[in-house]
Amino acid sequence: MKKNNFLHKHQKTLAPLLSLVLIILVTASITPGFLSIKIVDGHLFGSLLDILHRATPTALVALGMAVVIGTRGIDLSVGAVIAISGAVTAVLTVNTDFPVWLVILCALGTGVVCGLWNGILVSIFNIQPIVATLILMVAGRGIAQMITEGQIVTFHSDVLDAIGNGYFLAFPIRVWIAIGMIVLTVLVMRKTALGLFIEAVGANVRASRLVGIEARLLVLSAYVFSGFCAAMSGIILAADIRGADANNAGLWLELDAILAVVLAGASLAGGRIYLLLTIVGVLIIQTLTTAILTSGLPAQYNLVVKATIILAVLLIQSPKTRQWLSGFFSKNKNAGKSSTGKASTDKRSAKP
Amino acid sequence: MQSLSVRSSLPWLGAFKRKAMLTTFSVLLPVLSASAMAADLTIGFSQIGSESGWRTSETESIKAEAERRGYDLKFSDAQQKQENQIKAVRSFIAQGVDGILLAPVVETGWDQVLKEAQRAKIPVVLIDRGVAADPSLYLTKVASDFKEEGSLAASWLAAKTNGRCNIVELQGSVGSSAAIDRKTGFDSIISNFPNMTIIRSQSGSFTRAGGKEVMESFLKAEGGAKNICALFAHNDDMALGAILAMKEAGVKPTQDILVVSIDAVPDIFKAMADGEANATIELNPHLGGPAFDAILASQKGEKVDKWIKANGPLYLPDTAAAEYAKRK
Repeated sequence: MKKNNFLHKHQKTLAPLLSLVLIILVTASITPGFLSIKIVDGHLFGSLLDILHRATPTALVALGMAVVIGTRGIDLSVGAVIAISGAVTAVLTVNTDFPVWLVILCALGTGVVCGLWNGILVSIFNIQPIVATLILMVAGRGIAQMITEGQIVTFHSDVLDAIGNGYFLAFPIRVWIAIGMIVLTVLVMRKTALGLFIEAVGANVRASRLVGIEARLLVLSAYVFSGFCAAMSGIILAADIRGADANNAGLWLELDAILAVVLAGASLAGGRIYLLLTIVGVLIIQTLTTAILTSGLPAQYNLVVKATIILAVLLIQSPKTRQWLSGFFSKNKNAGKSSTGKASTDKRSAKP
Repeated sequence: MQSLSVRSSLPWLGAFKRKAMLTTFSVLLPVLSASAMAADLTIGFSQIGSESGWRTSETESIKAEAERRGYDLKFSDAQQKQENQIKAVRSFIAQGVDGILLAPVVETGWDQVLKEAQRAKIPVVLIDRGVAADPSLYLTKVASDFKEEGSLAASWLAAKTNGRCNIVELQGSVGSSAAIDRKTGFDSIISNFPNMTIIRSQSGSFTRAGGKEVMESFLKAEGGAKNICALFAHNDDMALGAILAMKEAGVKPTQDILVVSIDAVPDIFKAMADGEANATIELNPHLGGPAFDAILASQKGEKVDKWIKANGPLYLPDTAAAEYAKRK
């Protein structure tokens, strides 16, 4: 498989993957039955499935976030966009006779509009991304509250129920949706020059402009993509609880998404995108959450434990620790010595 | 396809912006609506905002009670900002109202404005929340006792299960007074029953999504519903999320697992009517009556307790359909 190549060629990818496996094994040793997977009603059932199921909204958001961070940007508004698209989904389902596909299209369209707004502020008005997207982060939840009039709007729709909780070929439909989106994004970013262009813009805007890359349009489309992904995630989250909770849907999800991108080894200074590793980062975060919930830990320790483990994962990944480790295990010497910084990045981006 | 969807959602946004502007204006000018009735009392009411369905029904209940009594109620919505509330209270003092109802958005920072009210000899009644100020600065607090709500839930469960039950608990946001007190009240009752134990307890952050995710993990960790007799959720929204989680895991709420929660939001009545929840305890929004009575009593020079407990009743499925119709 492609994954195996990955492991051998890039020591860097080992760290997040190993962390994930380690967290799963440790949890399994604490919580009996964590690894067990049964078949219930013709679909798979178990904690590992829960992790995949619960990770999809974050994975979609992180996908968009990875692209935006690749352009040396950041999108803080994704949580608010989730709330807006969820609200649009719920209100249109309840108050109109729109068919489901139109409702979903409208919700996705709202995400695209939000992304356009962010993108225009960043690429045309040159507002710093953290400030530009902060505006929608704050205002967006208010917009969502206005759409739902401050209530939790519950709805019923068979198609949306299926998106939120249905199964196809033993796996949750939403996981298939996320896989489809991931494959599509990886293909576009790695099989076309687009990924290279975006990383180039992130690494050096002026240089990329000089070689003829239309930086503005690329940055704009990165934010639109992020808005689109967030809207997808918003539809799934609303479908999950069969209601739009404007106050809480996607709350702080932007931080989990940024964390996942960083866990994958991307730099917030832009120029590097690791899509598949970002998904591993998402799985690390979700595994931790699910593990803490099943472990029976008192609620007040949740955040501290989560933060400590994430800190450990980040430390494992820091170049300093890796240098030290590769010195320790001499068998990794030739692979690890030079590939700490840019060298491995360039190799990775050049790879088709 | 995408550009089509963009266009179709634009009129939407236009409407929201217009609405947003209106809201901004109402922040700038505290809306003081005076009812036209010939009033024997003029009362100022500074409300936090309308962030939840419960708060909206609290506002409506107090307005209705004032109208029923023929009082002139001056209402101000603070849009979640303490500064707006302080401004509103000052404007009530300036208008020389007979009493002030204050639902404080935060606990601290009220001493100054409460002293101003005291100097103007206007009694202030705190509604549904307390403040960290000298109790002599306000007349009384009219609010539910979260501990009693927790105890009531536990008592119902103990009676229903003859004191034998493995309970899973969905806590509210860690550190919130509602979560701490509801848990304390619940624990204080079940500690009398050796066969009632909380086998799992986690925070679902008072949200539906939180309740659902945590309940999923409870069901996995306990290997299904065999070992779980009841769910106690610190609010209805978490219970509603947990009910979804149970149904998706093939567990029948109320048959396999009893469901008891607190707040009495409309949706929980629907769940009870559908046979998916067993009991809810109302977080009483009808605080106007006791608050006005306290102001009247203080005018007559009677002594008023510093905390008037206004706890709501426990609702069971038999009245759920009717209650849902009433609240919808």
